[in-house]
Amino acid sequence: MSEFLFEQRNTIVAFLIIGLIISLALSIVKGRRVMATERTDLVFGNPAKALGGWYWIITGMSFVMLIWFYFSWDAARAYNPKAANELCQVAKVESAIKPMRSQFPLDKQNLRGTDLIARDSAQLERINNSLQTLALQNSVKLEAAAILTSLHSALVDQANPVYMKASLATEFKSIAARIDSLTANFNDPDFPGQPTVAQQAAAAAQPGWGDTGKEIPVLATTPLGYRYEAIAAEIRLIAKDFVKLRNTSPHLLAQVADINSRIKDAKARFKADLNISIEEQEARTRLYSQLNKMLKRIDDGAIYPPNSLDDIQSSLVAFDKTHIAQQGSLKAFDTWMMPGGRIMAGNSACSEQGSGRWLPKPSDTLGTLMRIADPDIGFKDIPLLWYRWQPVGGMIAFLFPDWIAELVPGDYPRHTQNGEIKSNFKSNVQDFVTGNYESFSIPVPMGHMWDSIIRVVIGLFFGIILGVPLGLFMGLSRFAKGFFDPMVELYRPVPPLAWAPLILTIFGIQDDGKIFLLFMVAFAIMVISARTGATGTQLSKIHAAHSLGASHRQILRRVILPNSLPEILTGIRISIGVCWGTLVAAEMLAGTTGIGFVENVARKQSDYEVIWVTIIILGVLGLLFDLIMRAVITRTIPWRGKG
Amino acid sequence: MSDLVSDNLNMQFTTPSGLVVHALKDVSFTLKKGELLSVLGPSGCGKTTLLNIVAGFLKPTSGSVELDGKEIEGPGVDRGMVFQQGALFEWLTVAQNVDFGLRMKGADPTETAKKVDEWLEIVGLAGFGDTPTYQLSGGMQQRIALARCLINDPDLILMDEPLGALDALTREKMQSLVLKIWKETGKTIMIITHSVEEALMLGERLFVMAPRPGRLHKEYHLPFAEMGLTQDPRDIKKTQHFSETREEILSMIWDMEEEIMGGGSL
Repeated sequence: MSEFLFEQRNTIVAFLIIGLIISLALSIVKGRRVMATERTDLVFGNPAKALGGWYWIITGMSFVMLIWFYFSWDAARAYNPKAANELCQVAKVESAIKPMRSQFPLDKQNLRGTDLIARDSAQLERINNSLQTLALQNSVKLEAAAILTSLHSALVDQANPVYMKASLATEFKSIAARIDSLTANFNDPDFPGQPTVAQQAAAAAQPGWGDTGKEIPVLATTPLGYRYEAIAAEIRLIAKDFVKLRNTSPHLLAQVADINSRIKDAKARFKADLNISIEEQEARTRLYSQLNKMLKRIDDGAIYPPNSLDDIQSSLVAFDKTHIAQQGSLKAFDTWMMPGGRIMAGNSACSEQGSGRWLPKPSDTLGTLMRIADPDIGFKDIPLLWYRWQPVGGMIAFLFPDWIAELVPGDYPRHTQNGEIKSNFKSNVQDFVTGNYESFSIPVPMGHMWDSIIRVVIGLFFGIILGVPLGLFMGLSRFAKGFFDPMVELYRPVPPLAWAPLILTIFGIQDDGKIFLLFMVAFAIMVISARTGATGTQLSKIHAAHSLGASHRQILRRVILPNSLPEILTGIRISIGVCWGTLVAAEMLAGTTGIGFVENVARKQSDYEVIWVTIIILGVLGLLFDLIMRAVITRTIPWRGKG
Repeated sequence: MSDLVSDNLNMQFTTPSGLVVHALKDVSFTLKKGELLSVLGPSGCGKTTLLNIVAGFLKPTSGSVELDGKEIEGPGVDRGMVFQQGALFEWLTVAQNVDFGLRMKGADPTETAKKVDEWLEIVGLAGFGDTPTYQLSGGMQQRIALARCLINDPDLILMDEPLGALDALTREKMQSLVLKIWKETGKTIMIITHSVEEALMLGERLFVMAPRPGRLHKEYHLPFAEMGLTQDPRDIKKTQHFSETREEILSMIWDMEEEIMGGGSL
């Protein structure tokens, strides 16, 4: 059932979005109509106007859901499930052409050669200027300046068409022609022909968009996709060939060889000279290394005459135009339906970037929830929330210490000659106290959620049953207040998580440590609330009870306790909230179960869907606790604020 | 013999700043069984202190109060108390408030339920037994407080400005109720009030107290409470005797206030 729903999620989401848009529109219409009837009441801030209004709730919910569907690209997937796959092919073309494009003033201002000349001549200039300030012999300075001049002419001569490497002109022409023919293929509807059977089989075998996580099917599955995939393969080869080209003309090579030998020569003389001061030694070592570095940059031959690349550039521009035009409606779809990011192609995979990545699709999130809610899968081999059949015998045995069996007179049974073992009373007692007998089983909830909840409940329970009496005592006795106040106030203001490392070290990272941490949190809050409640009891009520003949115990039980109930219940409500927050953080710190643990593991694996699942579970459980407490409060203390 | 005898009561407080305040000085009086006493005085004259001592909430610095020949040493069931704001237990229903004292004693529940019904009938709240008290008006709450105190059958009823927080109409009705209860049960009642008219209407005897130190200033024996059992209170208030006494007491209290405000020292 859930698998069927997961497979059909695109259709479901598509209808759901239409439904949401309709309900959004209808509720706005309804809300506006109600507003119009209320317009006669011109009093601004009439609190009655904030009552009711379910239609605005629908408006708000629909709005949030639509935003989620939109920015997570779930809407995009619902209406065009192939879009990501096609855009992946487009991204492949873009990433293949990128190394080539970066040479041209297409995505940036200057031709690469212009940038190189500007940068390298500026650097040569800087070195030349620094020569004057260095502690060098004059002859050395002159020699270095001459080398710099030669370096500069080696640099600028590359831009001179006269010295351009002979083969380059034809190679440029060939590359431009290859791009042009590719552009022509692009416009050819028959290119690249039918995909082979093997291709089709491989494409069909890959999982769909988001089926197994955030991946996008990388092999093309549509005619448009095949075309882009083929173009991407071709353009990658062209770009590779283009990037390999170098303007290493004989003129440049001769210049480089000359400069190289001059630097070597200077260096050798410097090495041989023993009468150089340490200061000059350092300056000259650095100078020669700088000159070598500049030479290595210039001998690249990465600069071409200014207009030599014009053909390739105009071919590229034509290719770009075709590339964009061929996307057709896909381009608009990408812009409007996949906001906040785009699809990028890596070496072997395509991935969503931006909000499509970190905001999981609602349908996938629900799918993930349903998947890990399946007790057979769970998370890290532990179900999210499920039950396990536990024999009752074991639970009863938990209540009895094992040594009871030892107290029974007699010996444990001994095997007979036939190898039989007959049980006796003593062994029966032992079986009973260890739970070693057949008994019926009852379901016991287990799993991450249950672990988190039970920790909060136990910590809270001890916090309440110990904190409330102490708080009442402190509220009624000067001694108790003075004696216990410093102890409570010393640890209470410390943020609970600051205690966590210490408490978890002492009590262990399993349940004990977390429960004790939560107990500390709840205890302090309960002490303070119960104390406030007890202190707040009106003296006249206690006097009245006294003169009605109530004893001290009766006054405590019948007057002070019920009178403190509002504060105590409010304290419990606050405790639950703080405990819940502390627990999740503590589970993130250490442990092997719990919702916080699940979220922490998901964070380490960058599994955004599971992260969102845990966020939703935590929110719903927190809300549930609060609703329960609210119901308890209205039911138990209806007199609150009315006394 | 169920007289309330106060013998040379003295009460001194030390304020946090070290000043000694003489709240009561040499207060002596005897209240016979069945008498209705109202105590009147300007603020700070020690009338609430006196009541608290009689109730047993405070211990006098010197002197003693005896009820039926037994010295008062603490709060007790023999003295019922009605507070200004009712001091009801709002977490209990009307009936649970009324039978609070009996429940604390562990009395028989059937018996108790019967008594509760009787008393709710008397104070005019029949059928309200299961209503939560916080849903009731101020006047109704004071009736519950009255019933809660009377169901214990105390020898002496102490009322600390019981009608102070009520509106004029409710107050008048409550005054008649107090008179009716006084007449029908024959209880000794001591009422503290700051309203002169109320003191006149609800006082067979009336003490006017003076402040600094708090002491009995003047005592009246009045016929109005008796008259109030049969006549319309408004007619009583129109009589010359009533208005003369009222004016006399008013000017007396006015003078005391003047004395404190101008030139008087702590």
